[in-house]
Parts: sequence; structure tokens; C-alpha cells
Amino acid sequence: MRTAWIVMQVTLREGLRRRLLLALFGLSVVAVALTAWGYSQLGNLPASRNGALKPAEIQLIASQLLILVMFMFSFVLALSAVFAAAPSVAGELESGEALAVLARPVRRRDVLLGKWLGLGLVIVVYAGLATTLELAVAQLTTGYRPPHPLEAALYLATMGLTLLGLTLLLSTRLAPVTTGIVAMLLFGLAWLAGVVGGIGTALGDPATAMAGTIGRLVIPSDGLWRGALYSLEPGAVLAAGARAGPGLAAFPFFAPAPPPLIYLAWALAWNLGAIGLAIFSLERRDL
Amino acid sequence: MGMAMASAPILPVAPNGLAVEAHGLTKRYGQTVALDGLELQVQSGHVFGLLGPNGAGKTTAVKVLLGLTHADGGSGRLLGEPIERAAARQRVGYLPELFRYPGWLKAREVLGLHLRLGGIPRDRWGGEIDTALLNADLQGRAESRVATFSKGMQQRLGLAVALIGTPALVILDEPTTALDPIGRLELREIIRGLRDAGTTVLLNSHQLSEVEQVCDQVAIIHRGRLQASGTLDELLTPGGVRIRATGIPDEIMARLREHHEVISDGPWLRIAGAVEEAIPGMVAAIVQGGGQVYGVELLHPSLEERFRQLVAGPPADGRPAEDGSS
Repeated sequence: MRTAWIVMQVTLREGLRRRLLLALFGLSVVAVALTAWGYSQLGNLPASRNGALKPAEIQLIASQLLILVMFMFSFVLALSAVFAAAPSVAGELESGEALAVLARPVRRRDVLLGKWLGLGLVIVVYAGLATTLELAVAQLTTGYRPPHPLEAALYLATMGLTLLGLTLLLSTRLAPVTTGIVAMLLFGLAWLAGVVGGIGTALGDPATAMAGTIGRLVIPSDGLWRGALYSLEPGAVLAAGARAGPGLAAFPFFAPAPPPLIYLAWALAWNLGAIGLAIFSLERRDL
Repeated sequence: MGMAMASAPILPVAPNGLAVEAHGLTKRYGQTVALDGLELQVQSGHVFGLLGPNGAGKTTAVKVLLGLTHADGGSGRLLGEPIERAAARQRVGYLPELFRYPGWLKAREVLGLHLRLGGIPRDRWGGEIDTALLNADLQGRAESRVATFSKGMQQRLGLAVALIGTPALVILDEPTTALDPIGRLELREIIRGLRDAGTTVLLNSHQLSEVEQVCDQVAIIHRGRLQASGTLDELLTPGGVRIRATGIPDEIMARLREHHEVISDGPWLRIAGAVEEAIPGMVAAIVQGGGQVYGVELLHPSLEERFRQLVAGPPADGRPAEDGSS
């Protein structure tokens, strides 16, 4: 594990030195500030000819805006995970950087684990910070606080880790650019499968609904995002959703229920499996 | 740059005195056979040249020995440890043929990283890094990022990385690539310094002159197989004389064959081992016997000649090599 620790430190130092972390965290703070300004303007909006919005209405709107903003952050997190991880293994294999490192008395699994630890730490910290800051400004400006903030951050972080695992696995066999493109495509397809599945549920078509389920099993990123989505929804929206019936399932920014526990176990197993496969693949790769 | 050692050299550990062993190593890439039952033995403390034309399997051999590429068959050991184990690389330094270091790291940090990965105790880091920078002539650039280095400087940094941690075995794969003539000269000095310190060096090269100048043992590989190996003296073709003549009488021919190996080489006859002093007598005997002599040439002992015999067969025009033979 000494090697994993060294590689993790180098990975983090690279992020700092190449200003990846500065760009990611700096721009995210700017985004949080902009949304804070947006929330604060809700009170000034004319609801109708009767004057300003009532606090309950502002909170309802804020809850939906917050979900959209967090969707944006989940997308940034997914992009960052993919584009930070894609060159970390594939790029070093391609450039010959890996030759000198792997000729040391190190095991490849430790090198890969070190990269996973370093990039995973960035993802978890980013998910935690982005969620905390965004929820804090929403509460300060509108008084709205989603019901399960910690769960939302955890779901986001796990979604990021899922994409990290997927990208590292691809990165052991594909070129850096190909890795990035394939991982983003799979992420997009998983999300789309979720939307299609929702439409199937709304229309009462089991075959189409199954597409969403399969998508969430093959790449759990969308299933985990829906967990974050559910954690951010206020009780009023959930109650309204329940009254609206299955038709609301077609709306991609609504989750009527949290992912079942068995799904979370699957997501965990999927992540462990992806890292295990990545190690298996890298160990067998000829340099 | 001169050679300086950070600390006392580490003695070879293999009980049989072999720093590198390969037995029947095979490696295929699809239909291409890169290694075809390669046998290799490198004695500890020697500078060993692994020679072969491009595509002979030299780099594959080195990568298999370092665990970077997996063999399809056979076995190997580095410093007595099986190559499958990470411990086999514990005291091995390696300069890859094609490599790059992260551009955002400083030269000192690259060296520090490799000391950490090599498990070198922290109290040796300062001395090791300073010595490596001195040997690579990079003292003034220790705090510069690798991205600002020229190709030659990157090659010297690669050499510094290979030598850091005072390894017992140093594997250099085509090390003179990207080095200017002075850099090559300095590299030879470094290799001699390593040998004097008891370090084993495995030098992978297709440049015969480079190998002739620093190696005391040589192996020639071709199509993934060992063609010949031994000391440089054993492998050099003996000198001799080449004569281009017609109508050589049979009795003269018989006399020549009695004392020398006579090889027909196009219009030339190669009389192996014949010395310069014998030339006038040979020419006189041929002419007196009714033969005509058109040309005579003294051959120097040559690794290139032997290399050609093993790898490519005799040259089409029968000319001896220009390089490496004089």
C-alpha cells in the first residue's frame, strides 16, 4: 500500500500543479455565487397582478431550481471524473511515463489504487463542498432546506466514483481520448435510458420501462443521480407527485422514491467490480 | 559529467553470480514472434551488450525481464529473483528506449519520486539526488520542470533516474538516442564508472561501435533467438586477408587451406587469420603459379563482420564494414 499512497499524493499534486483543482473549485464557487444571486431575486419576482410571491411559493420554486443547479454540478462532477481519469492511466501508458514507474519494485494494482484514491478523494471532496455551499446559499437566500442534504452529497459522490471506476477500467485498454469519449457516451446513454424508462412507466409500457432499469443496472450513474434527486425533493413535491400518478415519471427531474437498498448494494458491488476489472486488465497489459 | 557514487556499491546477490538469466523466453504478438526461446545469462559485475538489428527482440527481452511485458513461455531472474515478483526489480535501474516524465514535475521531484517508489530510505535521498544530478550534468536544472527540458536533457534525466538508488543492475535500452557526441562520450564514462563500482550493466543497442567500446560481454540476438554470446574477444571475427585473384593454382590453394580457413566471398577469397606480413609471400606464390592478382586487403578483427555473418549473411558486394572494424 506504500506505492498506492505515493501515487495518490502524486495524483493530487498533479491536480494542484496543473491547476485542475483551482479551475474546478474556483469556477464552482463562481457558479454558487451566481445561483445565490438568482435565488435572492425570487422574492422580487411579481407572481401575478397580486404582488410578490409568498414564502411557500418561493421555497417551492427554490427547491426546483436547486435540483436543476445540482444536476449541473452532477454533470460537472461526471465530466471532471472522466476527463481527469481518462489520461491518468491511458496517457501514461501511451507516453511511456508508465515504463519507468512500473519498472520499479511496485505492483500495478497499487499504482491503479493510488490513482483511484487520489482522484476519488477529489470527487468526494468536490461533491461534499459543492452540495454544502449550494444548499447553504439556497437556505440563506430563500430559507429552503432540502430534506436529506447528506444523502444528496453521498449519492453525488458515489455517482462520481462510479464514473471514475468506469473511466479507469476503459483507460487500461483504450487511448486517452477514446476513453474519455466512450465514458461520456456511456454516461449519457445511461441518463437517456433512465429518461426513456420513465416515459415507459408513464405510458404503462413495461418493455420501455425495462430500458431504464437495465440502463441503471449496466451503468449505475443515473440510478445514483436519481437518489440525489429524491434527497433534494421537498415533501410537498413528493405528495403532489403521488397525487399526479405514474404520468409524472416521464419528467426527468422527478424521482417518486429513493433507490431500494438492494440497488445501493449493486452500485457498491459495481464499483468494486470496476476497480477489480481495471486492476485485472492493467496487470495483464503488455507495455 | 564524470561518475560519482552516492555510497558503497551494492554487491550482486544472486548465489550463482548471474545478474540476469533468461531461459526459453517466448513472446508472440499475434503472428509475429518477438522472442523465440531466448537464452541469456549475464554475469554480475559485467557490462553486457545485447546486440541485434531493429526488431530482433532486444526491447521485448528487456521488457519481459522487467515484468513490463508478459512472456508466453520460459522463465527469467533478475539478481536471483524470479521476474514475476516485484522484488526482482528492487535494485534495478532502467532507462527505457522511449519514455517521458511528467512535464509538470521538477527534475528533483522526478528523482525523489523514483527513490520513494524504489523504497530507498529517506536519509539517503539528499545524497542520491545530488549525485544523480551531478552525473547527469543537471545540477543547474534541479528545480526546473521537465517540460522545459530539451530531448537530450530528458535523456540525461532518464539516465539519472536509472542510476538513482545505487542499483546493482542497470538496464539501458538504446541509451545514446538523443545524445550529442559529447553526451555519448560522457555516457561511456558513466558506464565504465558503473563497472568499476561493481554494478552490472545490460546495454541494449544496435550500434556496434558503442557496444565494442564499453562492453566486455556481448550477446547477438536475431528474430528473438540468441545467435552467439561470449566475451568481446570471442565474438570478434579474426582478422585476415582478402585477395581478389584468378587462376590460383590448386597446390597454392591447398597450402592456404592447410593453415587458414578460406572463405569464398564473391570474387574475393577471405583468408581468415592471415597476418599482414604474409601478404607479399602469398601474392608472389599466386603470381609465380600463373595466377593474376587484382586486389589485396588486410581485414581488421570486427564485431560488425561477425554480426553480419550471424544476422544478415555476407554483404552483397563483399566489402568489409567501414565502421567498427578500424
